[in-house]
Amino acid sequence: MPRTHTPVVAGWFTGDGDDFTLLGTRCSACTSVFFPREDGWCRNPGCAGGDLAEIPLSRRGRVWSYTDSRYRPPSPYVTDPELPWEPHTLIAVELAAERMVVLGQAAPGVTAADLTVGAEVEVVPGVLHEDGETVWTTWQWRPTGVTA
Amino acid sequence: MAADGGDGMTGEVAVLGAGMHPWGKWGRNFVDYGVAAARAALGDAGLEWRDVASIVGADTVRGGYPGYVAGATFARALGWQGARVASVYAACASGAQAVAAARAQILAGLADVVLVVGADAAPKGFFRPAGGDRPDDPDWLRFRVLGATNPTYFGLYARRRMAVHGDTVEDFAQVKVKNSALGALNPYARYRKRVSADEVAASAVVADPLRLLDICATSDGGAALVLSSLEFARRRGVAEPVRIRAVSTVTPRYPNTVLDLPDIATDSAAAAEPAAETFRASIARAAYEEAGLGPEDLSLAEVYDLSTALELQWYEDLGLCGEGEGAKLLREGATAPGGRIPVNTSGGLASFGEAVPAQAIAQVCELTWQLRGDAGDRQVEHARVGITANQGLFGHGSAVIAVR
Repeated sequence: MPRTHTPVVAGWFTGDGDDFTLLGTRCSACTSVFFPREDGWCRNPGCAGGDLAEIPLSRRGRVWSYTDSRYRPPSPYVTDPELPWEPHTLIAVELAAERMVVLGQAAPGVTAADLTVGAEVEVVPGVLHEDGETVWTTWQWRPTGVTA
Repeated sequence: MAADGGDGMTGEVAVLGAGMHPWGKWGRNFVDYGVAAARAALGDAGLEWRDVASIVGADTVRGGYPGYVAGATFARALGWQGARVASVYAACASGAQAVAAARAQILAGLADVVLVVGADAAPKGFFRPAGGDRPDDPDWLRFRVLGATNPTYFGLYARRRMAVHGDTVEDFAQVKVKNSALGALNPYARYRKRVSADEVAASAVVADPLRLLDICATSDGGAALVLSSLEFARRRGVAEPVRIRAVSTVTPRYPNTVLDLPDIATDSAAAAEPAAETFRASIARAAYEEAGLGPEDLSLAEVYDLSTALELQWYEDLGLCGEGEGAKLLREGATAPGGRIPVNTSGGLASFGEAVPAQAIAQVCELTWQLRGDAGDRQVEHARVGITANQGLFGHGSAVIAVR
């Protein structure tokens, strides 16, 4: 039986392949952008408050910093305790248009040694983990090969 | 500034007593550590628990319901005597908020003597979020979606410093070398062994570029302070008490552009220009302004070295040096004993490990002992002014300035 693909968090990203993007919201009054999305109210204290509309975030950005997780994170991160822990890499990415930094896991196989601060990365669809019924999907950052 | 605190910008309160339970992994309930620290602080002040008009507890989220009502939990354990009670939580900044609440009560004339207590019993390994499926909780989300433990955030900050300021892993190791040498002299510290740079370099990488000995452990521990009005201290015959002159509990300003625990992203600066200074720098500035003092007046500082690299960041955020000059300040020995501005004379989190609600109180204990000249082999000569600094997740500033 084919397993369903389910985003680990609903409404944070959409699309496939080159159309994959993170989704944020933007205030119609002050143009502030929010990720993770704010749907209830604008958090800019200088804004009287406007409607929040969903927008795609920039697909490419520059590495602000990076690290990795050499030890198994605790629950609710889902891992198989039967398998040896494989470290994963985390990348904080600066998006120029949004003037914000967004954290994400790196695409499989990307290690800290492959990264430099300032290098360009792009957002790609990825799999967080799988179980019997569901493939849990997420966003990942992958170097484009363009360096600082 | 008025030294008596009576007619200054903000009045001062006296620190009559300081007490701690040694940090460690003792496997007992947090109440044990808090009560031991409270009794030690009362003994140091020469006061009985019955003399205390108000108790403020710094909460722990790891002790079940008693942890959420820590003030009452400690009051009950010490024996109900009718004191006014408050309990506060602000993550790592809980202790500073407890001090702030106690000070406000004293300055408002609601209580002459207030006991401040914080204690924790920490789990083995990583801190983890509260249980259940809570997709609206950023602390739950960062674990669920990213597996982003606290040390991974420390790793991000450390790597950023290396890229922007040219810090090296050898610089970071030297922070551990300095702090472990001081912790070896502190009977309340959990780790009392000097650590060499080679030992740091030989320890396992936890979150690139940081190694196990760059990152603070999680610990059991308890700390307490007895605070009073200056008038009460005078009546007790304490002519020259250590005085708390400022308590900073500020929040960030939108847009907060430094990625902070437990967030997955920063605020966007697309529509609103960020403040000229970062949140951490604003924590210290607010304390300096309230005290009418500046970094040049300091004799010592206790900062929250969750990681070795973060201690260097605090040097800059406290204005001990310019931006990007933290590693240089360390290399010059300015922050070591005998230097211009010794930092973490207690041994810091490197030697204690973090007992969350106790930690900011423990920082003030160290200032108190230093300013009284009671710090033994760790004593900073002629210590007159000290600052503590830390930051609690979810936007809690924490800094205390004490003088004598």
